[in-house]
Amino acid sequence: MKKDDHLFDYSPFELGKKKKEYFLSKELIELSQKHYVSCTEYKNMLDAVGCSLDKLKSYYDIPFLPVGIFKNVRLSSISDQEIFKVMTSSGTTGQTVSKIILDRQTASNQQKVLAKIVSSFTGAARMPMLILDSPSVIKDRAMFSARGAGILGFSIFGTERCYALTEDMELDIKRVEDFLARNGSKPFLMFGFTFIVWLHFYNEIKKLSRKIDFSNGILIHGGGWKKLESEAVSAGEFNSRLYDVCFLSKVHNYYGMVEQTGAIYMECECGHFHASIFSDIITRRYKDFSVCDVGEKGIIEVVTPLASSYPGHVLLTEDEGTILGEDDCACGRKGKYFSVHGRLKNAEIRGCSDTYAA
Amino acid sequence: MILMQHKTQDLEAVKFFLGDASSLNKIGDCKVLQPFDERVLDFLNELSKSLIQKWKSYPDIITFAFWCRRTSLMREKAKYGNFDSRLGRGIVFHSTPSNVPINFAFSLVAGLLAGNINIVRLPAKNFFQVKCIINEMKRLFDERFLELSPYVLMVKYDSATGCSRFFSELCDVRIVWGGDQTIVRMRKFPLRPRAIELNFADRHSLSVIDADKYLALDCGDQLKVARGFYNDTFYSDQNACTSPWLICWLGGQAADAKVLFWDNLSEIVESEYSIAPVQVIDKLKAFYSVAARKKVKLVKGNDQLITRISVERVDEYLACYRKNSGFFFEYDAKSLEDLLPVLDQSCQTLTYFGVALGVLKDFIRQSRPSGVDRVVPLGKSMDFSLTWDGYDLVRTLSREVEYI
Repeated sequence: MKKDDHLFDYSPFELGKKKKEYFLSKELIELSQKHYVSCTEYKNMLDAVGCSLDKLKSYYDIPFLPVGIFKNVRLSSISDQEIFKVMTSSGTTGQTVSKIILDRQTASNQQKVLAKIVSSFTGAARMPMLILDSPSVIKDRAMFSARGAGILGFSIFGTERCYALTEDMELDIKRVEDFLARNGSKPFLMFGFTFIVWLHFYNEIKKLSRKIDFSNGILIHGGGWKKLESEAVSAGEFNSRLYDVCFLSKVHNYYGMVEQTGAIYMECECGHFHASIFSDIITRRYKDFSVCDVGEKGIIEVVTPLASSYPGHVLLTEDEGTILGEDDCACGRKGKYFSVHGRLKNAEIRGCSDTYAA
Repeated sequence: MILMQHKTQDLEAVKFFLGDASSLNKIGDCKVLQPFDERVLDFLNELSKSLIQKWKSYPDIITFAFWCRRTSLMREKAKYGNFDSRLGRGIVFHSTPSNVPINFAFSLVAGLLAGNINIVRLPAKNFFQVKCIINEMKRLFDERFLELSPYVLMVKYDSATGCSRFFSELCDVRIVWGGDQTIVRMRKFPLRPRAIELNFADRHSLSVIDADKYLALDCGDQLKVARGFYNDTFYSDQNACTSPWLICWLGGQAADAKVLFWDNLSEIVESEYSIAPVQVIDKLKAFYSVAARKKVKLVKGNDQLITRISVERVDEYLACYRKNSGFFFEYDAKSLEDLLPVLDQSCQTLTYFGVALGVLKDFIRQSRPSGVDRVVPLGKSMDFSLTWDGYDLVRTLSREVEYI
């Protein structure tokens, strides 16, 4: 390996296990050391678990912070002057929001990586883009919501950008048909959040008396079902029902989170999420946090060297998943591939603090 | 007292589990009793007998049943002088917590013993224990204690209805269990001018263990102490007000005592406690939240069932970081005085092992903290008593007639 070898020199699914682990271990341990000196809270946390970074060999051994910690503690490794933007996410539980603090470099790297990953699926050429959301989501640029950040992030792939929903989240069928009239005969991109695609696009399109032709569309969606968990359908059903109502055949789900923007996990042609060289996933057993075997369900840990302005490079999520294999998916991409089973279920806790309203 | 023409639409939402709409209509005809009325003691004694006979496998029912035996209540009574000049206050409206099955029964008994007519809002969840106790009461009322039946109404209703408001306007005492948020919500409903309220807010509790005394025990007794601690904490997901979150170790051999104590506890926890992944994550989040801001150390264990965090000093903010599901702070104390910063208003119970009660009593008397309402042996933190949260329940729920 060349001394100045860098992850950015490679394409997203090029590296096999050994080389990827070498790169990630080196970068992530160095990054931990950087955060340790730059972020007092992170230093305190590592000291409290008795971790000595210089003894670590692998990123598997770096203490993982729970993703929800960003709701409780402001974690930043940069000075306030360097803050470029702050991303927020409310999650599904409660009122407090996570705050992810980005400097210009981090935001730019996230964007670059997103571009590399997505274009490896859609091709490098930019295409007209239909955004299955309302333009109001990105209005407040000072505070980026996860949805707004996702839309802006993906917007770079679009030559022409068109919002399919009105300010009131209603499908603007005239605008959509105009878009298709201009662009429908060649490949075009569609982007949206899973539950919004389902609720405001699929449900509305299916009510129409005529069928609209989206056969040249490539839909990328992510974010899961959120509060619509009860209406959730399987990936297979999601895709086939969309095909039934509008001939949409190229659909890619992705797994990702605002705490590690950019390093998303795209679903391949075989229906598996894939870790690129810019991030990795580890599944852990909840009883002792030991690493799960391939095929065993566990809590998902995500790591990425992209998180350089805040110590969110090694995070334990609140999602359950199963690693299905590494370097040997039938789609030909290297790296781990996995499935996601959704969020951990809430526990029913005993005790005398009440849960019902007066 | 005359029951006003209540808004019938409110009461249509009430589901009665003991008593019915007509007993509610006639509630004003019911006369208060003297505290510790003989018929009430008889009734509770019979209730106790049949519960003990039928429901041996439910430790919480049995604990309640033993507590309301005549002999046990007479012991409670003996702590008082005589009650000749006291009478119940009238109608007590009990709002009980939704996730503790037996609390409603203790609250009711306190109300009855003080001489009141009781309207009990039962937990929303359908606990089997609640059904058992209600069925026995119903049988006893029907068979032998008909004259007491107007004194006990048990209801459930949806929170969105106006029932809480209605019962608040009706009652002479409102008892609210279930913590700060419930109290805030209940306070939106006005009481009558003479009525009083008794609110059981969110509280926290601590333990003091003398390490040397613990080490001096034989193995069996060491395990027993750990069992008592388990009952105080894990049995209620460490989520009861009475569950300790901080353990203060006294004595010179704390390090050795801790190893044994946690090993013993771990054995019990591993075989009896089950934890959900989301609880483990919540504990990890709670740990890192405190670790970010305070000098603490995680004590490594075999698994995620017990989380131990050792702290160098105890300050008044530490209690903000407490969590449930087996999440403990530990502190090696030089003296009891070290604990003063956490003995604030919200501190309820201090459980102790190996420390003489007299020493604790002197400490509380001399340092006069704003909190600590109960000092009880380790393992007994959940035992109900007629003195609770600093209130003498029988006196608070009754009134004194002055004869000059």
